[in-house]
Order: sequence, then structure tokens, then C-alpha cells
Amino acid sequence: MESKTKIKFSALLLGLFFSLPVVALDGDAAAGKASSAICMACHQADGNGMNIPGGESWPRLAGMDANYIYKQLVEFKSGKRVNASMAPFAMMLNDQQMKDLAVYYSQQSAGKAAGGGTDTELLAYGEKLVTQGDWDRYIVPCASCHGPGNKGAGAHFPGIAGQHAGYLESQLIAWQEGKRDNDPQHLMLAIAERMNDRDIKAVAAWLSTQPAH
Amino acid sequence: MKIKSIALLAGLVLAMSLSTSALAKQELRFPINMPEPKEGQVVHVPPTMDDLEASNLHPELKRTIRRGYDLFMNTQQLRGENVFNDMNCKSCHMGEGRLPFAAPVWRAAIAMPNFRGKNQHVNNLEERIAGCFAFSMNGKPPAYGSDDMIALTSYHQWLAKGLPIFERKNFYGAGYPIEKAPSTPSYDRGKKLYTENCAICHSDDGSGMRVDGTPHFPAVWGDLSYNWGAGISRMHTLAGFIRSNMPLGQPMTMSVQESWDIAEYIDSQERPQEPRFTGDVKDTRAKYLDTFHKHTNYGLEKQGRLLGDHENFGEKDFVKPDNLRPRTFK
Ligand code: HEC
Ligand code: HEC
Ligand code: HEC
Ligand code: HEC
Repeated sequence: MESKTKIKFSALLLGLFFSLPVVALDGDAAAGKASSAICMACHQADGNGMNIPGGESWPRLAGMDANYIYKQLVEFKSGKRVNASMAPFAMMLNDQQMKDLAVYYSQQSAGKAAGGGTDTELLAYGEKLVTQGDWDRYIVPCASCHGPGNKGAGAHFPGIAGQHAGYLESQLIAWQEGKRDNDPQHLMLAIAERMNDRDIKAVAAWLSTQPAH
Repeated sequence: MKIKSIALLAGLVLAMSLSTSALAKQELRFPINMPEPKEGQVVHVPPTMDDLEASNLHPELKRTIRRGYDLFMNTQQLRGENVFNDMNCKSCHMGEGRLPFAAPVWRAAIAMPNFRGKNQHVNNLEERIAGCFAFSMNGKPPAYGSDDMIALTSYHQWLAKGLPIFERKNFYGAGYPIEKAPSTPSYDRGKKLYTENCAICHSDDGSGMRVDGTPHFPAVWGDLSYNWGAGISRMHTLAGFIRSNMPLGQPMTMSVQESWDIAEYIDSQERPQEPRFTGDVKDTRAKYLDTFHKHTNYGLEKQGRLLGDHENFGEKDFVKPDNLRPRTFK
């Protein structure tokens, strides 16, 4: 049992274990903290944002992936992601400040999100849709992309567990209405546009009750 | 015995257009363009786990089927014992093994026992499942008659509820069908398409993605993917899978040609050795050429490299699981 050019067992294994790139963002948390003063009015001093029933909620940034935060800031500035409240603040930032802020917020710890409500039937439906999806309507389970426990997976799939319900809801609706269109390969759009109003309310409510970390 | 008719397909694929919200009533940008059933095809809509709960089956049987479902969705719980790569059954049998055009597994529950060309003997449902353990999971099947095997077969048979056994019907959505490639599949085009459409999840080097050490997006090649004997290493099967299932959430968006191009690219990469390895890749290819490898790139030279010419069996420390064995009756 001889073969000529054997690929070494260990060599292939090594290739695998070192191939998971954790791309560190070149930002400085201390500098980010200094720039964050202008963000606090909405995202709060601890970066945990606020759920605002009936109004525009401010998302939690604390503990989100740094690369994801950075991407969003770049896209608010370039106009690829559009929001009237947020855009002016992104416009003020240069590239380094965005990186610094992204690293700063990624290192803050996430608190508890709000907006889940007490409708146990809705929450139970939300849990089912998030964890199992609804394949008959091709709504893929959220965790298939957003990672175990929906706590995020790499730079492209943000954590959505422990985010404010009002914000989650607003984003899903924004995708449906064509107002948010900055997701890579429209991976999120394809799912969001298959959801109905009850689906959206339910997943947002349940996800907000789940731990972010 | 009447099999559910085409009209019931509505429940599975077409219902989407009816149930989306007012907002989304405008044209969907990513409609699910699954093919319509062809004349003479039989549509089976498998029951769900909710249907199971609502049924009057014995509580102990419900527990068994639930355990089978759990193993099917999270097969990683058998890692190191039966599973030696980053796959779950649902990694290829999408949507709980129920989805059309993702080799819905209920077909085997009524088609088996049957003669299989791949191993040249009569297999029952357990052995069919064992095949996916040995090749797709690069592993070792749970023992026949074991608790896990019984749970898995029970789940498969539950999904086949209502279908007559031993009927060889032309089922809608079975396997991973695809038309022939309009032109010769191209590695270079496939590479470009893979980078643009797939690498965000499966990574540039095919290793997929792990989150805190647990498999998240499965590996499409390399040590922790399926091995060279797996059904999906056949070009037409892989191309069919891609066309109807990938990128995740966007079925039927890659054209037939694009699906074949990507399949050519993926099938030109290395993966764990074929469990039926004779010690020589060309010899192994020749031995299983007609029944299998005429459809794979195993033992062919691609990009200046003889594929499968190695003794890397992945994470496992055996070559072929000992419970795969032929039989005949004279
Ligand atoms: C006037 C209130 C306000 C201020 C001040 C503000 N933001 Fe925002 N921010 C928002 C709102 C509202 C959103 C949600 C936008 C949407 O719906 O698309 C948002 C979204 C974001 C997001 C995207 C979060 C996600 O999960 O996708 C980031 C990142 C962000 N803000 C960072 C910042 C930073 C950094 C600052 C300070 C430089 C800042 N914001 C200042 C209101 C504000
Ligand atoms: C096929 C992959 C995929 C699936 C499945 C998926 N998402 Fe997403 N989702 C994404 C991507 C990618 C983004 C990031 C978009 C970006 O980079 O701007 C995203 C972003 C989001 C956001 C915005 C987060 C933020 O902080 O702004 C929400 C909310 C969301 N998804 C909810 C869901 C829900 C709820 C489900 C399940 C019903 C789901 N997603 C399923 C890919 C997916
Ligand atoms: C890497 C992909 C992959 C994985 C993972 C996988 N399978 Fe399969 N499976 C296939 C392919 C390919 C076929 C053959 C489909 C065809 O061409 O008809 C198949 C066929 C089957 C069939 C027969 C279906 C039919 O239509 O006759 C059953 C049953 C089955 N698999 C069960 C399982 C189980 C149980 C697991 C987990 C232990 C599993 N598979 C994991 C790829 C996979
Ligand atoms: C948004 C993430 C995502 C994208 C983009 C994506 N896949 Fe997948 N892929 C998955 C997931 C998740 C599974 C497993 C299915 C499941 O768990 O439901 C999978 C399964 C597979 C499998 C079977 C299992 C394996 O690892 O071999 C193949 C082959 C595959 N994908 C190929 C592709 C190809 C080719 C593309 C590009 C055309 C692509 N995928 C794009 C997430 C993705």
C-alpha cells in the first residue's frame, strides 16, 4: 500500500486549524472612548442603546463584533445604509475614528435588552420561528447564519440575541420596504421579505429576551 | 391507497406567495422558483414535528421519533464516535430532511429494502443511513439495531407517513436533480463564482466556519468535509445540490451552468480518502468507476495534482467502518 505523493495527515489538519481568520480591526479602544461622547445621547454611556416603544429605538452596540460595527459606520457615511438620525454622526467620523469606536464598543459588555413584552403565545411562536425557521415558506432558522444562540458569527453575521425588540423589528421592516439594502449578497433581504407582520413581531420580541453573550 | 396529489404542493412551496405580509406583497426579489411537478410525478408532503405532537401515536414512539429528529439536526452529538467531520444530516438534507430537491430522506423509507448499485447488494433503511455515516459524515455507522439507529429510522419512516411501501414512483423533488451542463464545466469560472457567492460562509479555503470551536458553516472540502466516497462528491449531485439549495436562503439563483462550474471547482479540491481505498488511488478509481467514480474527479489530475493520492482519512483512525458488509442469499 504505497502512494507516490502522500499528503501528510498532520499537514492537512494544520491547514485547517489555522485557517480561521480572526481579523483584528486596527482600532484603539481608548481613542474610541474619547470619540464616543457624541454617540451617548442615543446609544447611551454604556453602549446599550434604548428600546423606544412607538418611536425609533437606538440599537445596542456594546459587545457587537468590531468589524460589523465598522462596516455599518462606513456604510452610513457612504450612503449605502440610510438613516436620518444616524447619518449625520457617521459623517463626522474619519476612518480611524470609526475603527476606534468599533473596537471600543465591541469591548463593552452587553446589558439586558427591552421590548419583549409579556405575550407568552407570541414569544413562544417567536422562539419556534427563530430556532426552527419555517422551511415550507423558506424562512431559514436565524441561527443558521447568526450563529449558535444567535450571538453572532464572524464579521458578517451580527449577534441579534439580546438586541432591543424595537430595533430588530425596524430593521426587518426596513429590508422589506427596501430602505435597508446593505447586506452582503442580500442574504438577509431574502429572508426578511418572506416574513409577515406577526413573524416579525414575534422574532423581535423573543430575541430581545435572549442573552447577548 | 391514494397518494396526495399535486394540489397539495401548495402546502409546501407555493404557500409562500399567499402568506407573506402586505408589505412584501410587491414582487419578491428572491422568489422561490422551485420547478413545478412534471406530468406523472407524485408529490409527497411529509408531516412535521408539530403533526407528530398532535398525533395519537404512543408516547414512547413519539419520544423515539423526537430523538431521531434531534440526531438528524444535531448529529455532532455523535462526534468522535460515529461522526468525524463537521457535518450534520441536515447539512445536506436541508430543512429537517423534508425539503424537495434536497434529497428528502423519506423516499428511502419506502424504497428500501432495495438493491443499490453503489454497494451491489440489497440494503435496508438502516444500511442506507449507514452509507451516509460512512461517507458523508466520514464516520462509522451506529450499530444496526442500536438505540440511535432505531431513533433515526423511526424519524425517516415518520416522514414517509401515508406512502405505500415498495412502490417505485417518480417522486417530485427526490434526490438532487439537475439538467446537463450547457457547456463543459470550468474550474476558473467556478472559482470566481465560489469566491463571490459562497466563501462568505464556507471560507476561501473550503473549511467552513466554526464559532467558539463548534461547527457553524460546514466544510465543503478539506479534512472536516465529506470523503471521496460520498454521494455528493459526484459532480451531477453536487451541482444539483448547489442549484436547488445554495447560497443558503436563495435556492435556484445559481444557473445550471454556474452550478456545474462551482461543482467542478469544489470537486477539484482535496478531501479525506475514499473508505474503499485499495492502497492506490488509480486502482480504487478503476474498481468503482462504473458504479461511482466516473462521476467524480477522484484519481484524476486537476490543477497539476492527482486528487485522492494520499493517506489522509480525516479525523478518524480507521479506513472503512467494519459494519459495512455485503451479503447475498443462495
Ligand atoms: C441621534 C441619535 C444617534 C446618535 C447620536 C448616534 N446614533 Fe448610531 N444609530 C442611531 C439609530 C436610530 C440607529 C439605527 C439606524 C437604522 O435604523 O438603520 C443607529 C445605528 C447605529 C449603528 C448600527 C448598529 C447595528 O446593529 O447595525 C452603529 C454602528 C451606530 N449607530 C454607531 C454610532 C456611533 C459610533 C455614534 C457616535 C459617533 C452614533 N451611532 C450616534 C441613532 C444615533
Ligand atoms: C442566510 C443568512 C441569514 C439568515 C438565515 C438570517 N439572517 Fe439576519 N442577517 C444576515 C446578514 C448577512 C446580516 C448583516 C447585514 C449587514 O451586514 O448589514 C443580517 C442582519 C440582521 C439584522 C440586523 C442586525 C443589526 O444589528 O442591524 C436583523 C435584525 C436580522 N438579521 C434578523 C434575522 C432574523 C430574525 C432571522 C431569522 C428569521 C435572520 N436574520 C436570518 C443574514 C441572515
Ligand atoms: C455531505 C452531504 C450529506 C450528508 C451530511 C448526509 N447525506 Fe444522506 N445523502 C447525501 C446524498 C448525496 C444522497 C444521495 C441522493 C441522491 O442522489 O439520490 C443521500 C441520500 C440519503 C438517503 C436516501 C435518500 C433517497 O432519496 O433515497 C438517506 C435516507 C440519507 N441520505 C440519510 C442521511 C442521514 C441519516 C444522514 C446523517 C447521519 C445523512 N444522510 C447525511 C448526502 C448527504
Ligand atoms: C449564508 C451562508 C452560506 C452561503 C452564502 C452558502 N452556504 Fe452552503 N451551506 C450553508 C449552511 C448553513 C449549510 C448547511 C445547511 C444547514 O445547516 O441548514 C450549507 C451546506 C452546503 C453544502 C453541503 C454540506 C457541505 O459542507 O458540503 C454545500 C456543498 C454547500 N453548502 C455549497 C455552497 C456553495 C457552492 C455556495 C455558493 C453558491 C454556498 N454553499 C453558499 C451556508 C451557506
